[in-house]
Amino acid sequence: MSAATETLNPAGHADEHGHDHGHDHDHGHHASTGWRRWVYATNHKDIGTLYLWFAFTMFITGGTMALGIRAELFHPGLQFWQPEFFNQLTTLHGVIMVFGAIMPAFTGLANWMLPLMLGAPDMAFARMNNWSFWLLPPAALLLIISLFVPGGAAAGGWTLYPPLSIQGGMGMDFAIFAIHLLGISSIMGSINIVTTILNMRAPGMTLLKMPMFAWTSLVTAYLLIAVAPVLAGAVTMLLTDRHFGTHFFKAAGGGDPVLFQHIFWFFGHPEVYIMALPAFGIVSQIIPTFSRKPLFGYVSMVYATASIAILSFMVWGHHMFAVGMPATTQLFFMFMTMLIAVPTGVKVFNWIATMWQGSMSFETPMLFAIGFVCLFTVGGFSGLVLSIAPIDTEMQDTYYVVAHFHYVLVAGALFSLFAAVYYWLPKWTGNMYSEKAGKFHFWWSMVWFNVTFFPMHFLGLAGMPRRIPDYPLQYTDFNSVASVGAFCFGLGQLFFLYNVIHTIRGGVGKAPANPWDAHTLEWEVPSPAPHHTWESPPDEALVKKGLVAQALEH
Amino acid sequence: DSRFDFQPAQTSIAQDIHDLHSWLMVVILVIFCLVFGVMFYAIFKHRRSLGHNAKPFHENTAVEVAWTLIPALILVVMAWPAAKVVLAQKDSHDATLTIKATGYQWFWGYDYLDSGFGYKSKLVTPRSQIENYKSAGDAKGEHYLLEVDEPLVVPVDTKVRILTTSNDVIHSWAMPAFGVKQDAIPGFIRDTWFKAERTGIFRGQCSELCGRDHGFMPIVVKVVSKDDYKTWLGKKQAEAKAAADDPNKTWTRDELIARGQKVYEANCVACHKADGKGGGPFPALAGSKIATGPKEGHVHIVLTGKNAMPSWAGLTDTEIAAVITYERNSFGNKTGDFVLPKDVKAARK
Amino acid sequence: MNVENGIHDPHYFVPAPSRWPIVGSIALFCMGMGAAFWMNDVGAGKYVLLTGFAILIWMIFGWFGDVIREAQAGQYGTQVDHSLRWGMSWFIFSEVMFFAAFFGALFYARVISVPELGFFSHTHDLLWHNFNAVWPTSTGPKVDPYQPMEAFGLPAINTAILLTSGATLTWAHWGLVEGKRDHLKIGLAITVLLGLSFLTLQAIEYHHAWTEMSLHLASGAYGATFYMLTGFHGMHVLVGTIMLITMLGRALRGHFTPKHHFGFEAAAWYWHFVDVVWLILFVFVYWL
Ligand code: HEA
Ligand code: HEA
Ligand code: CUA
Ligand SMILES: [Cu+2]
Repeated sequence: MSAATETLNPAGHADEHGHDHGHDHDHGHHASTGWRRWVYATNHKDIGTLYLWFAFTMFITGGTMALGIRAELFHPGLQFWQPEFFNQLTTLHGVIMVFGAIMPAFTGLANWMLPLMLGAPDMAFARMNNWSFWLLPPAALLLIISLFVPGGAAAGGWTLYPPLSIQGGMGMDFAIFAIHLLGISSIMGSINIVTTILNMRAPGMTLLKMPMFAWTSLVTAYLLIAVAPVLAGAVTMLLTDRHFGTHFFKAAGGGDPVLFQHIFWFFGHPEVYIMALPAFGIVSQIIPTFSRKPLFGYVSMVYATASIAILSFMVWGHHMFAVGMPATTQLFFMFMTMLIAVPTGVKVFNWIATMWQGSMSFETPMLFAIGFVCLFTVGGFSGLVLSIAPIDTEMQDTYYVVAHFHYVLVAGALFSLFAAVYYWLPKWTGNMYSEKAGKFHFWWSMVWFNVTFFPMHFLGLAGMPRRIPDYPLQYTDFNSVASVGAFCFGLGQLFFLYNVIHTIRGGVGKAPANPWDAHTLEWEVPSPAPHHTWESPPDEALVKKGLVAQALEH
Repeated sequence: DSRFDFQPAQTSIAQDIHDLHSWLMVVILVIFCLVFGVMFYAIFKHRRSLGHNAKPFHENTAVEVAWTLIPALILVVMAWPAAKVVLAQKDSHDATLTIKATGYQWFWGYDYLDSGFGYKSKLVTPRSQIENYKSAGDAKGEHYLLEVDEPLVVPVDTKVRILTTSNDVIHSWAMPAFGVKQDAIPGFIRDTWFKAERTGIFRGQCSELCGRDHGFMPIVVKVVSKDDYKTWLGKKQAEAKAAADDPNKTWTRDELIARGQKVYEANCVACHKADGKGGGPFPALAGSKIATGPKEGHVHIVLTGKNAMPSWAGLTDTEIAAVITYERNSFGNKTGDFVLPKDVKAARK
Repeated sequence: MNVENGIHDPHYFVPAPSRWPIVGSIALFCMGMGAAFWMNDVGAGKYVLLTGFAILIWMIFGWFGDVIREAQAGQYGTQVDHSLRWGMSWFIFSEVMFFAAFFGALFYARVISVPELGFFSHTHDLLWHNFNAVWPTSTGPKVDPYQPMEAFGLPAINTAILLTSGATLTWAHWGLVEGKRDHLKIGLAITVLLGLSFLTLQAIEYHHAWTEMSLHLASGAYGATFYMLTGFHGMHVLVGTIMLITMLGRALRGHFTPKHHFGFEAAAWYWHFVDVVWLILFVFVYWL
């Protein structure tokens, strides 16, 4: 631990027993051990760790399902699965990746890092934080169990459109209840994040001086609180339509299947930004660090984030260009969707301006961040193509869409998560990862990602529908390439796991408190970060030093 | 090469869409090269390993305003032509010919509303080409998965309006070469249109997940000359009249069984198998409670479906009566009874 | 609130490790699984569901018990108090959005799907030409006829009850702030009674609708939106009433001081939220 930290943050290095809150609830400070440490946890770092491991497990699970999909699609004809099982794979792959892997990973990062970055002792509601996490494994369990009930798992796609989802067997009910649990978890997790950010920042750290990651987490959490309940409502209506005779989505009673799509996408589109904004935040921390320059256009970044969030509530119809909306509605959604390119563009330009005239170095986090910027932009551009309603007539429900969202989700969200893990691993474990291994992971992923997903654009242009287990012969070549790519890409992720474990076990040596020379508060505590940090708020002078270095204060 | 690009456009709308797309690709590629040109310049020149020192500037209002406004302007330039195409796509009035396309799990039905006949259009690729679980199966034909028993037939140079709807779940009627894709929503009618400029056979696939055989319900349109269309229409109308099951016909059990076997082979065999033993999630009919129990229950399940079993209400009364009779008297089932079309009609209520 | 340069408790209260969250997770897992089995007629489903519910109740007692003990022990400083306020506000916002989904369904049915099926569009002409609909519908294209609900009977009385209860609750709050404990107790007690009367009247209304008006969950889009909106609202009134009963119990035991009584305020916020939802319901479900 650096001397500076010791004097400025005397509480920061306290051992498990040695500090005193001045209260009489001493049981809290004999940290639990063994399984209780994790199951009863109220410590944000422990909970963050739980989230991250859970997310990774789900990523492997969902990824294995993706390999099941790719294996079947390697050749035309049905080789491995019955079509209905293929549909279950697709559905669970989507649900598990979105709700089980990407979202929990971001919440986990927010848990680990926000209190450290803001100078708070913990999350605002530490006990509720535990519940947010521990609702996830039961939800995952419901999804996994559903594979084995009569009729199998939900098979209507992650979008669960009725009436198909009304036909499904009890696996669909498992999925509905899993979504309820995931929703409750997301809402509680988000309330915690919002409250922590609004109420627990270090002295002198005004809202417009917070790290960008805090800003994007704040806006993301806001989006989640707004839309998770809407999704819960939608699947509840599905449930009553299935079992209690209601007619929300049935014409026979005056309802409409399309109503579900409106409600779902009112949730669904903000949801995709829920998986993108935290990524923007991470990248906005990493690029300045490795460019050795302050983030360019901090305030415009904040406004861009907010604009994206607000616009995201007004574009849901772009997922429904083929349902037959009136021309005016279609035009409205088309224009609004195109507009999102503007604030997103501002972000991309700001990142590049941050690199411009920097003194760049290319450690693994930076590589993943740059990879993110390039490939996310490709995904953004294909999004823009889709947003043009007439063009979407050709693309809707084809592999072009699959290509689009894997560019923004895998090369976007997932790559940013890899960047974050490499960036903060030294802080978490106290050890440095092997740079060589990290770089290998990056280049391997970069190459095979593109081999997997770039050809899907061509498949989509040529008209191959998504969610099919078998396809006409003219699509064979690109599908085979994509399948090979997917298996290689997957293999590379095992290597990522190896890197992480290697680092936990000592890596290539001890990490200093601030290995990257970064200026946010998490680097002011020792590596590994002690169990309790910032038990009393950081000193104003310390906060100010960091803000000046980030050019947020003069 | 059409493997890399859209299928060749056969309508002016499709052509407009392709032009829009090409124009968009140009804009995007230019932006991409500019933006990443700058970035990679920085990456190669402004690196620490070259001894480059950081210049700590961090804002510039002029630049920031510029890179907000310029993209916005580019978007306007893209939105304008796109909006025109949207309006053209939506303008389905003045059609010469109106056809209702109904999605069924898992085939399409076409009704020529102006001429009073209709038919079903089903995949004909044999299962032996599709199912390769145990061996490579039969060699796949040229139009593997894209061939149907009876395509939709339309005249060239004629504005054809397609009304879509569905019998069960959402399907989507898509014809890439025409620039058309319209969801078929149960209980609702939606419409789209096209005016094909060349004769020929064009192929598409159902484009909304609709259950197990979503990948196996192609859409084939045969565009013929106006004369050929007239001939075909006449033939079709006559045929339809002849083939219509006379509602007053009195069926015998054996006639029903014979008819039912055909219906079974066309519709049920994919799940319940030729021997009625089913497999996986699909229950056996041989000895099943429903196929040997009361007739009413059997009719009910065929009409309404259950779990993975779709509703077969799209079949005619005669077809349902026949197939049920067949099922109750085959695979070792020996109920000896039979169901008449009028029973099915009553059960539909 | 603490926005720019607010409060920094030197010792923000961080609770000790707790078993309640995992108990709650087990409860919800059992409930989800039990409900899924039960709805599909699988043997033990109902019992698993009930067990889960029992565990949930246990968890709620345990967890809130801890919270009350901590509050009484004075462990919640000003900054914690602010956190609780933010937390409760955002929770209520999430509830607003939950109701928004169902109101969205209601407006969609009224403005889009029922007119489309009922009197214009090809959908009407080609598929449902026998169905003529105006809102409130008294039949659906294919549902049994029913009678829609009247606004100016029990629902109007219930509106009056809820509005009054909002006032009595505020009166109780004044009592608390001014140190008049009797006001507090009487005000709370009256509010609880009003809440219970509301629930009773709603139960009577439901019974009447179900048995005499043939208005069921399956009564088309009208029945579905009617029961789901008023039903979820009723559940919220029930929860709110239980919260108020808890607050009454705490008041009787001498909890709360004129300065520190966030538990009471949270319950009050919740109650007012439920009140507002009812007003919107009354207008759009019953009246217009
Ligand atoms: C992280 C997730 C994420 C993100 C960020 C986005 C971002 C965008 N998406 Fe995407 N999208 C998904 C996830 C995401 N999407 C998913 C999961 C689906 C499918 C769901 C399903 O059906 O299963 C989907 C589907 C989808 C569709 C529906 C396709 C269909 O089903 O037919 C559309 C249509 O408009 C669309 C558009 C866009 C647009 C315009 C953006 C924009 O935000 C992109 C903006 C970015 C840029 C444009 C690049 C950077 C900008 C510049 C460099 C500035 C200069 C540029 C110009 C002026 C052109 N998306
Ligand atoms: C949110 C994030 C996310 C992520 C990270 C991914 C990751 C991947 N996805 Fe996908 N995907 C979605 C979200 C995501 N996906 C969604 C929302 C859908 C739509 C679903 C729907 O239509 O309803 C979808 C649909 C989808 C489809 C279309 C299916 C269809 O239409 O039928 C395909 C097809 O190729 C696909 C592939 C992949 C692949 C190859 C990966 C890879 O990146 C996965 C890599 C990971 C692994 C492979 C696992 C790790 C390693 C091992 C398990 C070890 C063993 C491996 C080897 C020995 C090789 N995904
Ligand atoms: Cu029919 Cu997909
Ligand atoms: Cu979207």
